[in-house]
Amino acid sequence: MKTHVIVFPGSNCDRDVAVAIQNIIGSSPEMVWHKDSTIKQSDLIVVPGGFSYGDYLRCGAMASTSPIMKSVIENANKGVPVMGICNGFQILIESGLLQGALIRNSSLSFICRDIIIKPTNTKTIFTNKSKISKMPIAHNEGNYFANSNQIKEIEDNDQIAFQYCDENGDINAHSNPNGSINNIAGVFNKSKNVLGMMPHPERAAESIHGCDDGRNIFESLLS
Amino acid sequence: MLAKIHITLKKDVLDPQGSVIANSLKSLGFDNVNDVRQGKFIELKINSNSKKEAEKQCNDMCEKLLANLVIEDYSVEIEN
Repeated sequence: MKTHVIVFPGSNCDRDVAVAIQNIIGSSPEMVWHKDSTIKQSDLIVVPGGFSYGDYLRCGAMASTSPIMKSVIENANKGVPVMGICNGFQILIESGLLQGALIRNSSLSFICRDIIIKPTNTKTIFTNKSKISKMPIAHNEGNYFANSNQIKEIEDNDQIAFQYCDENGDINAHSNPNGSINNIAGVFNKSKNVLGMMPHPERAAESIHGCDDGRNIFESLLS
Repeated sequence: MLAKIHITLKKDVLDPQGSVIANSLKSLGFDNVNDVRQGKFIELKINSNSKKEAEKQCNDMCEKLLANLVIEDYSVEIEN
C-alpha cells in the first residue's frame, strides 16, 4: 500500500500517524510538504492533526489553500481514501471535501482527554472493523455544526462516521464533550472515501499508549 | 480603495463567546445588554478602477476564504 502524510507548518501529529501507519498497515508513508504540488499515486492520504498556520482566521482555513491541497482534492475526487484527523478534519472541511463546520467548543475550553466513540456506519473502508472505542481528543474547535437541512442530508446518506457515546454505547448529552450537533465526532463525504474525525486514533494505537482501540480504523483500511 | 469587511456568525449558530461577553458586561453594571454576538472585521487596501469591481472581488474573497458560509455571513463596504 502506498501511503502519504501531508505536513503543514504547525502539524504536530504527522509523525504519530506515520508510526501508526507503519506498524499497523505495514507501509512506510511518504511525508509530503504542503508546498509540494502533486501526489501521483496513493492508496491513502492522511491530513494529520496540529495547529497548521497557528489556526489563523479559522482553524484549517489557511492550510486549505496550500498548493498540495489541490492534489489532495483531485485524488479524493478520483476515489483515493483521504483521512483527516483533528486539525486535518478542520482542513478537509475548509477545503470543501467534507460538509459542515467545526466551531469553538461549547465550554470555550481546550479539551484534552479520553472520550468514547461509536461507529455510525460500519460499511466503509475506514470503519468495517470499527467498534465502540476509547481514544483521546485534544481540541479547542471540535464542535461540529451544520444547519438542519445539511444534517438531514448527511444522515440520509449515512455520512455520519462516529458519534460520542458513553461506555454502554448510549449517545447522550452527557457523553458529548464539545457541543457537537447529534454528538457527531466524524463524518464522511458522499462517496465515503473521505473521512474527517476529531478524535485521535493514532494516539491510541499501541498498548504503550494505554489503549489501542484506535487500531481498528487502520485495520479497516487493510481489508 | 479601502475595503471594510464584517464577518458575523449566522443567526442559527450559537455564539458561546458572545454569551460570556454579555455576562461580563452585566457584571460591570450594563444591565440593559441582552445579546452579544462576536464577529470579525477585516480591512484591506485594494487597487481597482471602480467601487463595483472592488466590491465584486471582495465578495469573491469572502466566499473563497475570508468567511465560512456554513456558519458566517459577510458584508462589504468600499471607500475611496
